[in-house]
Amino acid sequence: MYRYDQYDQAIVDARVAEFKDQVARRLRNEITEDQFKPLRLMNGLYLQLHAYMLRVAIPYGTLSGTQMRMLAHIARKYDRDYGHFTTRQNIQYNWIKLEQFADLLDDLSKVEMHAFQTSGNCIRNISSDQFAGAAADEVADPRPYAELLRQWSTLHPEFSFLPRKFKIAVIASDTDRAAIQLHDIGLQLRKNDAGELGFRVYVGGGMGRTPIIGQVVRDWIPVGQFLSYSEAILRVYNRYGRRDNIYKARIKILVTELGIEEFTAQVEAEWALLEPLGLDAPQAEYDRIIAQFAPPEFDPAASDELDLSDPDFRLWVEQNVHAHKQPGYAIATISLKPRAGIPGDASSAQMDVIADLATRYAQDEIRVTHSQNLVLAHVRKSDLYAVWQALEAAELATPNLDLVTDIIACPGMDYCTLANARSIPIAQKIAAKFENDIAEQRDIGELKIKVSGCINGCGHHHAGHIGILGVDKKGEEAYQLLLGGSGAEDASLAKILGPGFDENGIVAAVDKLIAFYRTARAAPDERFLDTYRRLGPAPFKEAVYG
Amino acid sequence: MPSSLTRVLTGNRLETGDVLWWNGSDWSPHIADAVAIGDEGEALVARLVAEERINDPALIDVTGEPGAFVPTTTRERVRASGPSVRADLARGSLSTEVI
Repeated sequence: MYRYDQYDQAIVDARVAEFKDQVARRLRNEITEDQFKPLRLMNGLYLQLHAYMLRVAIPYGTLSGTQMRMLAHIARKYDRDYGHFTTRQNIQYNWIKLEQFADLLDDLSKVEMHAFQTSGNCIRNISSDQFAGAAADEVADPRPYAELLRQWSTLHPEFSFLPRKFKIAVIASDTDRAAIQLHDIGLQLRKNDAGELGFRVYVGGGMGRTPIIGQVVRDWIPVGQFLSYSEAILRVYNRYGRRDNIYKARIKILVTELGIEEFTAQVEAEWALLEPLGLDAPQAEYDRIIAQFAPPEFDPAASDELDLSDPDFRLWVEQNVHAHKQPGYAIATISLKPRAGIPGDASSAQMDVIADLATRYAQDEIRVTHSQNLVLAHVRKSDLYAVWQALEAAELATPNLDLVTDIIACPGMDYCTLANARSIPIAQKIAAKFENDIAEQRDIGELKIKVSGCINGCGHHHAGHIGILGVDKKGEEAYQLLLGGSGAEDASLAKILGPGFDENGIVAAVDKLIAFYRTARAAPDERFLDTYRRLGPAPFKEAVYG
Repeated sequence: MPSSLTRVLTGNRLETGDVLWWNGSDWSPHIADAVAIGDEGEALVARLVAEERINDPALIDVTGEPGAFVPTTTRERVRASGPSVRADLARGSLSTEVI
């Protein structure tokens, strides 16, 4: 894992001191709320329905055990004993007090964490593949490049007041576990025939009010030049992105309005000017950062055998454990979608359990997924049973990864000022129909249901096999039903199926969709999404509205 | 004035972010303590904005009688009661059942 050097720590310390002073001045009424609001937002502090909400950055979703223990401490000391892991691999606290904020920031900085650039019109937390460094299909660990982007984008003076927020994701596999085609910039690390590394660069993807799948702006940029190329993209966006209309300010609108050919031409022209200036990191810096992500010392003698005689353990292994590139090791996903739970929520006690498991069994690393789960990426197979037992005791061993009860849901109107409807109760009601029968869930197979409480789409409804969007209908909560989305390498945007529903209606509609799918699939292993793609919306519409 | 048009004053305390309700002389964390606000409401909000100690002061519509006011919108009912999915965190003066 990357550890701060003196420059990283100095930047965080200076920024924390600056914001602590701004908080103190606000509390003394020396600055107004209108003056303070943009400052607190740039430091991840929102005012939500019930209290202040703090969003803490988790760079590329990677945490150490020590950092997770601090997140648990913050939940206990400054919040109400829990946190919410988000679809951008961050964590949010819902009950923060401004008068305690200075101490909280000090605690975070002790473990090389902060909250800045988790809001505002700047480059947000860089996201990545939760299996990075462990996946058998990756060409290299993508996180050193995500870390370079983090350093480049942190307090970048030119990109601190962009037309709108800007999200970048980095992967290094053909399997896309980070939804890169739905980011402002998506970077896929690849290897050419000469064994050299370079990026395929997608641009202009995104969800929200105007969902668009990103387009390739460059099929190959050598890895040593990707920072200057990213800077060229940001420069074109910063110069021409619209600032007159918040709904048309994202880069996806600029790319669409210019057309990918013209946008590409402008980026290439900008890069031709930038590249000779030596903006890219020197090889020594690449080497320094890559060295910090060096694979852990795996035991070459670690056994590949696994005793699956405990049927509950076997279920969990089959559903939540993935192959590791190193024989004798495995990747374990911890579901944060327990029975009757809230997607993405974890108590401080659960966070402590996970931190201790990471330290003892998983090279002291934890990953956050954009599906609001957690991952222990390097677990000896011989330790998996002990890990599972500890997770089971902490209600963290639900064997439902990618199944119908593994639902993404934004905080919705239970917490969020922007929301038009509640998301969490919808996820809970849908899950309740299936959560007592794991065999039924497994028979239904991979099914990604994603629920957003408003058009901003934090619940990724446009990327759901089944997407649900909460809307306001004359002061009442209503829900639109969308089908056919995917945030994976086969990216597609979900489309509205028909008229919306109330809370109970949307749950019943999902039930009908699943029942129809089970009768219509061509084979037991045909996914819901593939059945939908094969048949089109008409029979699904008939099943719901007929 | 029909009960459906009753207004109460709410906002969030600067220091804590807590949801508050105006009880006629001070702020309360319970909507059960809220008083109906008449024509003086806009002036009261203007004063609070100028004082900069209560964030987002707003007059909202409620139904019912004093001591049992219920906001007309789901959003404000959630603010008054607490998250509907965490009954353990409910504020107590308004059941999450009303959401």
